Order: sequence, then structure tokens, then C-alpha cells
Amino acid sequence: MEITVTINGKSHTADVEPRTLLVQFIREQVGLTGTNIGCDTSSCGACSVHVDGEAAKSCTLLAVQADGCSITTIEGMAAADGTLHPMQQAFMENHGLQCGYCTPGMVMAATSLLAENPNPTEEEVRIGLEGNLCRCTGYHNIVQSVLACAKS
Amino acid sequence: MIPAAFDYVRASSAAEAIQLIGQYGDEAKFLAGGHSLVPAMKLRLAQPTVLVDIGRVSDLSYIRDGGDHIAIGALTRHMDVEKSPVLAEHVPLLAHAAGHVGDPQVRHRGTIGGSLAHADPASDLPATTLALGATYVAEGPNGTREIAAADFYQGYFTSALAPDEMLTEIRVPKMGGAGWSFQKFNRRAQDWAIVGVAAWQRGSECGVGLVNMASTPVLASSVATAVAGGASAADAAEAAAADADPQGDLNASVEYRVHLAKVLTRRALEAAAS
Amino acid sequence: MTMTDNTTGVLGQRLLRREDPALLTGEARYTSDLPIPGALHLAVLRSPYARARIVSVDTSAAAAMPGVTAVFSGADLAEAWAGPMPCAWPVTEDMKSPTHYPLAVGQANYVGDGVACVLATSATAARDAIDAIDVEYEPLEAVIDLEDALSDRVVIHDEIGTNRSYTWDLKIEESEGQVDQAFADAAYSVKERYIQQRLIPAAMEPRAVAAIPQPFGGDMTLYSATQVPHILKVMTALTLGIPEHQLRVVAPAVGGGFGSKLNVYAEELLCVALAKRTGSPVRWTETRSEGNQATIHGRGQIQDIELAADSDGRLTAVRVRLIGDMGAYLQLVTPGVPLLGAFLYAGVYELPKAYDFSCTSVFTNMTPTDAYRGAGRPEATYAIERAMDSLAAEIGIDPLELRRRNFIPTASYPYEAMTGLVYDSGDHDRAATLAADMIDYAGVRARQQTQNVPGATKRLGIGVSTYFEMCGLAPSRVLASLNYGAGGWEAATVRVLPTNKIQVVTGTAPHGQGHETAWSMIVAEKMGVSPDDVDVLHSDTAIAPLGLDTYGSRSLSVGGVAIAIACDKVIDKAKQIAAHQLEANPDDLEFSGGEFRVAGSPDRAMPLAAVAFEAFTAHNLPDGLEPNLEAHTTYDPPNFSWPFGTHMCLVEVDTETGQVDVLKYVAVDDCGNQVNPLIVDGQVHGGVVQGLAQALYEEAVYDSDGNLQTSTLAEYLVPAASDVPAIETGHTVTPSPTNQLGVKGIGEAGTIASTPAVINAVVDALSGLGVRDVPMPASPNTVWRAINEAQGGQQ
Repeated sequence: MEITVTINGKSHTADVEPRTLLVQFIREQVGLTGTNIGCDTSSCGACSVHVDGEAAKSCTLLAVQADGCSITTIEGMAAADGTLHPMQQAFMENHGLQCGYCTPGMVMAATSLLAENPNPTEEEVRIGLEGNLCRCTGYHNIVQSVLACAKS
Repeated sequence: MIPAAFDYVRASSAAEAIQLIGQYGDEAKFLAGGHSLVPAMKLRLAQPTVLVDIGRVSDLSYIRDGGDHIAIGALTRHMDVEKSPVLAEHVPLLAHAAGHVGDPQVRHRGTIGGSLAHADPASDLPATTLALGATYVAEGPNGTREIAAADFYQGYFTSALAPDEMLTEIRVPKMGGAGWSFQKFNRRAQDWAIVGVAAWQRGSECGVGLVNMASTPVLASSVATAVAGGASAADAAEAAAADADPQGDLNASVEYRVHLAKVLTRRALEAAAS
Repeated sequence: MTMTDNTTGVLGQRLLRREDPALLTGEARYTSDLPIPGALHLAVLRSPYARARIVSVDTSAAAAMPGVTAVFSGADLAEAWAGPMPCAWPVTEDMKSPTHYPLAVGQANYVGDGVACVLATSATAARDAIDAIDVEYEPLEAVIDLEDALSDRVVIHDEIGTNRSYTWDLKIEESEGQVDQAFADAAYSVKERYIQQRLIPAAMEPRAVAAIPQPFGGDMTLYSATQVPHILKVMTALTLGIPEHQLRVVAPAVGGGFGSKLNVYAEELLCVALAKRTGSPVRWTETRSEGNQATIHGRGQIQDIELAADSDGRLTAVRVRLIGDMGAYLQLVTPGVPLLGAFLYAGVYELPKAYDFSCTSVFTNMTPTDAYRGAGRPEATYAIERAMDSLAAEIGIDPLELRRRNFIPTASYPYEAMTGLVYDSGDHDRAATLAADMIDYAGVRARQQTQNVPGATKRLGIGVSTYFEMCGLAPSRVLASLNYGAGGWEAATVRVLPTNKIQVVTGTAPHGQGHETAWSMIVAEKMGVSPDDVDVLHSDTAIAPLGLDTYGSRSLSVGGVAIAIACDKVIDKAKQIAAHQLEANPDDLEFSGGEFRVAGSPDRAMPLAAVAFEAFTAHNLPDGLEPNLEAHTTYDPPNFSWPFGTHMCLVEVDTETGQVDVLKYVAVDDCGNQVNPLIVDGQVHGGVVQGLAQALYEEAVYDSDGNLQTSTLAEYLVPAASDVPAIETGHTVTPSPTNQLGVKGIGEAGTIASTPAVINAVVDALSGLGVRDVPMPASPNTVWRAINEAQGGQQ
């Protein structure tokens, strides 16, 4: 089935099998491998992207469901000149990542969180990231990163 | 991680969806937000041969004041239910419970109708709408019919919907200022409830729905009867499991579930009354 | 100990990580991100039975499916292996190890054991074909319970005739007879049994492999999400009979490991073997539910520990009996894990040479276990720290006070422990005092008096744990005495380029730890350059051919120190060149701030940059000196490194639901000098939460037939941000006297300390209700049951 999806501002038209997951489409057909796959039960959030401006788990959407949607992946977050998005910058400054595998999903979830709640409490940040798992950081510095980004 | 192959058709209206599902028969399934179905398909626990995508039936996403009730289109997303000012005013229990479904990413895509039609006894919204005395509207080849939430849940993942019927609207009575509480008990915030209690109370009148306490969501009628009879929250809560038939699993034994239902029901009634 | 004279003040700075921009923008490439044109995709059919005879495997239908290149059963590939899957740690002469091939032949021995595999042109085609392989199994009775396994009622592997792999005793001559006597004379004693549940490491990046054959000459490149590219190269060469010099192993960006990627896995060997056979690249990426079954598990021990103490509560003897759960086969270092704990069952306490340790390890029909963050040391620390709380209760004194009475005195360092190992440094009272201040220990005890009254349903508990981490697995001679199959050294090369930029080649293999940042700081400090002028090369055996990789908190204390030594060698050579140019005696030159100066003549100086260029042009070098500035070192440390600390945890337990809320968590860790405190704190945060997850959330649960009940991340409860507390970190600094940087490891400390701190807090909260122990994980149901049992109530 032919679909057209805008990814990071660029339109992609492609023929996909209906069973193709959005994350597979992004990684394998569009070639943007920054979006990671960490589980197969929608538990870990590593695959989070923005669909029409809101965080969604791209492993739980079929590519055909995203037909006509505007997607932002981690590759679309930094400015064209390479300047990091404020959330990326906050993660760097607060050591909010170690192995980096959960990081793209965390950044996408965290920016979506701040879009809905620009001044969250620490508790609200923790609850707001309930759908994203990290095994390295213990979350402490991820939470600090998000709070720092909200403050800046 | 890779679902089995299937055919995909897209419906632009409820009528078309019903026509399509009728055309493809038993192995076809509706796809709304997909947040219950797609995970099962990835593990190949579900292998439908045809998906009828109703996600683009845009006229089924709404929250309207219907006078004595609020009407919610079946394709309204959890996040829209959670953030709805109309629901916050008239059915705050439902808005609050919707904010506990899954995680934010799930709530951005999952729909109330999909969640209810999936009929998972561990989901938050079936028991909540049950407690609120909601009515569901189903559309089939022969027109629409109303199904009381109390008649909707017939077994584990089994609802009163005929295979060619589609849930289109949920009508939830206004709470009229009743006190309420939603007690969701789980080990991780993103998980299904081990036990959940949705309760509202106005004087001696109350409604209590239980999550994950049987093969269907449970309306704890015995608790309501006790409250109506003047029992204290603690005494009424002792009847919490009377209408339930819980199973044991990794997170809870049967005895523990029964105990939790009582504790959480007491807490819910106390909170609702205060 | 000296830091070096030429301090530029880089060490100890909270320098931001150079690794981050690529990771934050999605530019970093993990193994499954690599574009590999023409690759065939591997999928593995896994046994649905915990133990079954494989009667027949019919691959014909699968082989006929679109996109399928080949289908193999275990028997089909039996000739592909030069030897069985490797176990590098035969802990005893008579250790039993069943033959283990990448695909099972004849009998499958756990749910997830590979039985057949598919090669196809897409991952989808490979996955579809898996469902079309027809295997006839004859299910056999599975062995799940460790004590049942020990009884040999059902023997899993006919070829070895027993489920017992080995019994290993820690022999201490002086202890002969002392232990029994100490228990006979003890004023107080306790005997406890603790269960270390099985855990699933769950690094966020699932495993992934790609093997790429070169078109001519037989060379092969193996990409893998591994912690151990060097060890993997040796073992793959041996197992497949490939000449080692024709094999290159690369670990690209690796998304965490925690021990689970410290191994040689079936899929790595399958990809290489099949790439060799087909001449095409072969790749495989694990799904999470597959990984929960087929990547190693951690922990899995039954611990019986006995403490004897005198009338003051001072320890007089410790006796430990372990049963270790090996799972179905021995993986790379499976049998050694309990041994790593054997030396730590007296914790940070003074103990006479009255110690008796014995471990018997058994096979079961479950996923093989192996090293998981801490590997043996968290288990040991848990047992001693829980038992110390029991002893305190027995004596009737505060658990912190009991610990203080038993701490090895600071003045006793270096301290020869009961095992003969020498602890290099320690200051336990100072760490404990800092932790107690941070959590307001006395204040909490006072609050408990008012809060934990009869009938209270929200009870406050505080837990203490102290620890030593024995890390930087080394020295090689000690490892030899434990029969470990490799050494404990690490290699480093430091190369000053003509333009005064520096390349460092390290044998460590980072997968999230930030070695590029930390190693650049060490070099910057030593060489007087900016960290930005230092490039760190690693994790590719073509670039870094020598190394022993990253595990056991060894990277800094062995690999980082190796880099410092290589820097010294480069400076020595540069000094000869500078002296020659300055017409001075090399012994009269000082090096600091990146410049050589003649002592007492500040105007006679030569910057390193100029020396580097001289070394490159080689126009005017001292007689006999080779061109270029480069030095290589292989460093074998003289001792383990011994970080220590005190953690404290404050919980509130809801006795109605059994819910445990962690209100506050304080970690005081002493890892000696810190290269980068930002990274140190990050290691502590992550370690603490991983240990806390063992205490409260995680368990690999099997049913009695050997089916893994927690096969996805929906059932296996890795906690999220919403489920864990903020971590308050504090540090004391007691530099290691055994290396020039004064550093110790920190990778596993948090995991080692936190599990007992949390459970001690839970038990403390409930002690007034008669609860003496709560099994792990202390789920609400489990806590509720423990309260009921203590109260003599229902289940």
C-alpha cells in the first residue's frame, strides 16, 4: 500500500506492507536509525517519536496508520546548523544519558511532556516519563535534565 | 516483533466500516488506535487476516454535553478524555481514570471505544464506565442499539458486540457533583492495575467498579447495597469482593486481590465521601 | 601516591561527555543500525519446552517459503563447530560441563534453547519461516528447583550423569577447626537463608550481530553488541576454527551490558559460521521477548549464612553454604560468579581467620546464568548485610552501632583479610557517619518512636548497608589461582601525532560508561594538552588489537591506569628529544603544562608540540632513538581495587497493601580519586536503581514446567522514573595506594550496596510486627504475606 508521511519536514512516499510498523518504516525504508527498538510490548518507549506533535510509540503504530501524518524523529530535533535542541542540550549538561539507547525516546517523550506541561514538578516529570525505560541512569539525571530544560 | 501478514482496508465512515467488517467475516478486526491489538499482533498472539482501520472516522471523535449525560465518540483519544473541560466538570471520575491508562504515548493514540470494546478486565475504563452507569451505542448493519455497560461485558475479552457491530458512542451520566475516587494499585505506573477501584458517592447512593477482579470488569453492587443501607465505608468495603471472582497471577494471589479490593474500596469510599 | 607533577587540573572536573552529541541526535550507530547491503537475516527457532528430546526437525516447508535462503537444524550444523560453546572458567579440576552447541542437538534444555534457524533475504521472511519449521519433540520432565536438582532425582544431561557441576571450597588453612570452635564459644549467633532470585539484565539495547565475510582471502568481520570484542575474537576463532588473525571484531555503539554482553553467544557463532558458509553477510537482531529467554540471567543462588559473635557483638566466625543455579549450560564465566562473592562474605568487618565457604552449583532447565552487574559480590554483600541486621536484632542493639563495632579500623589498612586478600584502603566510619548525617539517622529513629505505634498502617523503616567492592578483576596471578581462563591486564597505546594531537588506543570496550571522555581527561592531565586534543580509539580489534574489555568495574583501575603509564613512557621519550634539542641532561628537565623546561633555567624550554614535530621529522634525534612519539603498555595491576561505602534507605511501608515507598535514598561511595565526578554520580545512580529493582521489582519467574512467565518487559518489571526515588550521593575520597591515579572502580558499587539497604529498611519498618525477613522482590503481595505470616494470620 502506498503511503505518504512527512518525516522531519521531508515528504516520503513509499509502498509498504500493511504489517510494517512505523518504526520499521522509519528505520529501514527511510533510513533514519536514531529511533531505537527496545522491546516488543510497547513497554520501553525507546521508539518514541512525535506524531503530529505528540509523543507516540512508533512500534505500536502501523506505518499505514501514519499515512498523511507529520512525524518528528530524534534526527529532526537539532537545528539545521547542528545546534542541539534545548532538551538535547539539557540532557548533555545534566548527564541524562549513558549508553544512549533509550535517549532518543526519552528526549521525544520529554519534549512532548513539556509541551503539555511547561512547568512540571519533579513528581510530574517522573510520572510523565512512566512509559520510557532506562537501565543506565537510574533516571535521576534524566529527571534533572527535563527540569533544567523547563527552567531554561 | 513482526506481525503475521494481513490485508488492510480503511473505512471513512462507521457505515463503511460495518460494511467492510461484514464483508470479511470472522477473521477481520477493527483497528482503532491499535494500542491493544498491535502489541498482541507483534507477539503473534493475535493474527487477524484483515484489519479494518476505523482510525480515520473523524466524526467519532467528540465530547458533547447531552443534557443529563455526556456523549463521547468512540474514537476519542484517552488524552482528550483526560483533558476535557466538559468531562472535568460533569464526569471528573472518567477524566481522571483516563489519565491512568497506560502511559502518555499510549494515551495520545489509544481510544476510549477501542479500550472498552477490547473488554480487558484489567483496563481502567471498562470498570469506570460501569461504575458510572454508562450506556454504549453500537452500530451494526441493522442500525444502532444501546447497550448498558452492565450488559456489555460477557467474559474475558468478550463483549456483547456482534462481530459486525461497532462501538460508536459512550454516554456517561453526569455525576452531579458526586464525590469520587479512582484507586489504581499497581507496581509500575505504566502497568495495568493489580486491582483498581472506581467509585462515586452522593449521600447513600454510590457506584463502585472493580478493575481486574474477575474475567470481566465488576460492578460491586453489594457495596452499593451496603452503603444504601447505611453501612460505614469500612463495613461496606467488606463486601467489595462479593461480586468478584479474581484469578491469581504473577503480581497477586487470589487472597491478596480480595484483600486489596476491600482496602481500596474502603479508601475510595472514604475519599468520595470527603 | 602522586597524581603527577604536570597538573593542569583536568582530573576531577565535571567535564561533559564527548560521547553525548552523537547519541543525542541519533547519529550514533548501534549494530542493528549498520547498513549492510546484501545481508541475509538470521532467525532462530527456540524450544518451547524446558526439556525435550528433539525427535525430528522438518525444515522443508520453511525452506520453500519466499525469501528463504536456507534452513538448518542443530544436527545440520553439527559439523560447523570446531568445539562446543566456550566456558572460560573451569573452577575445579572435576567441574562437569555438558556439551553446548549454538543449536541444540538431540535434546533442548531450556525454553529458548535454539533448535533450528533460518536465513532469509529479510527479517520478515525469516520470522515467517520460523513458524513453518516442523519440530517433533518428546517432552521430558524439567528440573527447576535447585535442591531438587541437587538430589539428582531427574538428571538433565545424560552425558555427565549428575546435575552437580562442581563444589568449590575456599580453603583457609588457619581456619581449620577455628570456625566450629568459634560457633561453640559464641555469645551470639544467627543462621539465615536468603534467596537470590533470578534476574534478567535487560540492557536497553537488545543483542545484535552482523558477520561480514570479505570477498577474498577468508577474512571475516564480526560486529556485535558486546562488552568483550577481544575475548569474543579469541573464543570465536577457537570455536569455529577460524585463524584468529583473519577475524576482526567490532563493537559499535553498544547500548548497555551489565554483564549480559560479557559472553560468547550462539547467535554470534551462527552468524559467523553461516556467513562463512554462504559467502554473504549475515545479521541478527534479538527481540526483547527472545532476549528474556536467550540472553543470560543473573543471580540465582540459595545462600545459607551463619555468623558467630562475641558478647560485644564482634564477629568471630562466618560460615557460608551456597547453591548456585547455573541454568541449562555453562556460558562464558557462569561457574565463576559465586566465587567472586566468596571473598566478601565478611563485608567490611574485622574477622579472625575463621571463615568457611563452600558452594555447590547445579544445572537446571532454565536459561543459563552468568555475570550480572556485580556478579557474586551483590549476593555476598546482601547476605552479610542482612545477617548483620539479624545479629543486631539478636543482640538488641542498633544495626548501625553493630556495624561500627565491627568495621575494620582505618589504621589497619592495608588490611589482610581472612581470605588472604589485602584490602588496600578504607575508612568505613567516615563513610557511615556521612551517610547517617545525610539521612538524619538519629532523627529517623526518633520519628519511628512516634510513627510505628501499634495499629499504625504506615510504618517507617531505615536500612543500612556497607560494602567493599572487589573490582578490576586482576591481578592475573590471583585469577590463575581461581582457574580463570584469562588474565587481568589491560593494554594501552598513547601516540602523539605530528601536530600534537594525541591518539589513545585502549583495550577497554565502553558501552555507556563514558570512557572516551574519561580517558581523554587522564591523557590531558598527564600530557598537558586539552582533552579536546585527545582521540580515544577502542572496541575494534583492527585498531585496538590487545585488550581484555570492560566488566567487573575494571576499566578505570586497570585500563585507565595503563593509559597513564603509557603517557609516562611517551613523556620519557619526549624528554630525551627535548634534552637533546635544549642541550641539557634529560634528568634536568621538568615537564608541566605541556612544556619541557630545564630546571633553574626557565627560558630554556620546549613545548611538547615542538618535540612531537621533531619526533616526526626525525631530523635531529638523539643517537639510537627511534622516530615518532608513541608508547605501548600492558598493565597488570598488583591488587584488586577496593571501593567501599555506606548506603542508607528510608522507606514507608503501607501495611494494609504491602506497598513500599522509598522516601529517601543516600549513597556514600568512596572510589578513591575521581576522574570525572559527573560520571561517577551517574554510575552510582544507575547502580542503586538496578539494585533497588532487585529488592522491590524484578524476578525471572518460571512455572514448575520451566516456562518463563516474565518473558516480556510487560511482565518483567524494570522500573521507570515514576517507580524509583531521587538518589542523594555523597563521597569520601580515600585514594587507592596501589595505582598512580589513586583510583578504584565504581561501576557496580551502587548495585552491590542498594539491595540490602532497601530490604533492611523494609524489614526494619515491619520489625515491630514480628517480621524478620521479606523475600525478594519485596512486592506488595510478598510484603503483605510476610506481615500476615508474622502475625500468625492467613496467607
